[in-house]
Amino acid sequence: MTDPTPTGLPPAAPALAPAPHPAARRKKLVPYWLLLPGILWLLVFFAAPLVYQASTSVQTGSVEEGFQVTWHFATYWDALGEYYPQFLRSVGYAATATALCLALGYPLAYLIAFKAGRWRNLLMVLVIAPFFTSFLIRTLAWKTILSDGGPVVSALGSLHVLGLTDALGVTEGHRVLATPLAVVCGLTYNFLPFMILPLYTSLERIDGRLHEAAGDLYARPLTTFRKVTFPLSMPGVVAGTLLTFIPAAGDYINAELLGSTDQKMIGNVIQSQFLRVLDYPTAAALSFILMAAILAMVTLYIRKSGTEELV
Amino acid sequence: MTSPVRWLRRNLVVIAGLGTLAYLILPNVIVTVFSFNKPNGRFNYEWQRFSTDAWTDPCGVADLCGSLSLSLRIAVWATLGATVLGTMIAFALARHRFRARSSVSTLIFLPMAMPEVVMAASLATLFLNMGVSFGFWTILIAHITFCLSFVVTAVKARVMSMDPRLEQAAQDLYATPLQTFLRVTLPIAAPGIVAGALLSFALSFDDFIITNFNAGSTVTFPMYVWGSAQRGTPVQINVIGTAMFAVAVLCVLVAQLVGGRRKRS
Repeated sequence: MTDPTPTGLPPAAPALAPAPHPAARRKKLVPYWLLLPGILWLLVFFAAPLVYQASTSVQTGSVEEGFQVTWHFATYWDALGEYYPQFLRSVGYAATATALCLALGYPLAYLIAFKAGRWRNLLMVLVIAPFFTSFLIRTLAWKTILSDGGPVVSALGSLHVLGLTDALGVTEGHRVLATPLAVVCGLTYNFLPFMILPLYTSLERIDGRLHEAAGDLYARPLTTFRKVTFPLSMPGVVAGTLLTFIPAAGDYINAELLGSTDQKMIGNVIQSQFLRVLDYPTAAALSFILMAAILAMVTLYIRKSGTEELV
Repeated sequence: MTSPVRWLRRNLVVIAGLGTLAYLILPNVIVTVFSFNKPNGRFNYEWQRFSTDAWTDPCGVADLCGSLSLSLRIAVWATLGATVLGTMIAFALARHRFRARSSVSTLIFLPMAMPEVVMAASLATLFLNMGVSFGFWTILIAHITFCLSFVVTAVKARVMSMDPRLEQAAQDLYATPLQTFLRVTLPIAAPGIVAGALLSFALSFDDFIITNFNAGSTVTFPMYVWGSAQRGTPVQINVIGTAMFAVAVLCVLVAQLVGGRRKRS
């Protein structure tokens, strides 16, 4: 973060000279008044709920008899022991979807940034436009696309790869809907724009002359990409993977709409524990485990990608 | 090397990029096509025959348009709330030095770095503990809370990139602080504020996860779509999805045309 006060200016600007005046003291309070309502809002409706949730996670009881704080930390172990498959599945699906988003999103971001020319604005609109249809409606459309008689199943069938994908556990019984493939496909689709936009932003900033310079130094296109373009787009890659992975890991919509009970993710468990089973302590414990896991992974990732950038 | 192979090699990025674009657009095509469907059962997943029934009667299913107008109302109020609160925080962060600055930044960043389901469940826990009844107000509070950080980020980026000497110049020309703010600072910050507000509106209007936890029995448009996935999907859902898409694209095109003409003149 840069200091907004101008350092490049001559220090003689008289308007900035601190005057020992009540007006100066009032001016010092300005940021606090600006912050007060918004920060108060976040403290009450964001921070306090987390504290409430922490206390709920160590309560025992039932909806009928009420819940009491009994410091029952075993809830965490029980929840982990019972739902670790869903945790692992969430991380696995989210990581796969993130990798796919990067693989699919990079060429499109590159195309828009360097090759689109006068089509650039149109392509940008086409990337953002799907957002304007509710994502639930669009996810339901995947039910049609992936259905048993739909184009994807018949295409995979005519290529005779459904037997192979069945054997790999990606599809089941020559179906795509209600399989891991469908859920990962939905996750990838839903979070792809969150990958493309930061990638595009960082690619667009790259000076085109760097490509020319690399070419002048006899670098082949692939070498230019590996040594110049990709390293310079790292901020976009890091931002994009975070913006994709975090929401994908907590998502339960794709697993619910496109998957079966065998593809339930941790978000599905939290949702059903909270809204259907009304087991608030378990839901709270699972939320905290998910939050801690994601914060840990994100911190590790940022650190690792930071050192890679330096190398 | 044969020439088609070379052509393929040279255009690999373009082909892959356009492939990704097709993947992004395909569901919208399906939504549009199926808005002209006349399904046999309750679900609109298989093509039967062409019909414009749903387009001539978009509110023909119970509660659909009610949920739509509720979503719009919540989105408008959430945008207003988040934009006012977020812009104030953004100005404080970009323009002032104060203590606890890094804690404030963390408090702004955390809601964006957290899976929605965690925020949703914790806020619902607060409301349950307080004995607040779920409905319009709890949804609105939830939406303002998660939109706030996005507004701060958008506005702060704009204010930080603005030259502080412009404001000093205004003051040197004897503008009062209020005049400086209204005639110099605000107009320059406006694109950031508009971007933050548009983002809030889109996030609020389309939010499902946080609403699902904090709505009680109140039904917003995404909640309606979610419910219909269980009960049966009326064609009208596709009509509304298609209409929203068309209106948005039209707005963008008009803005481009107007912007282009202004630039030329």
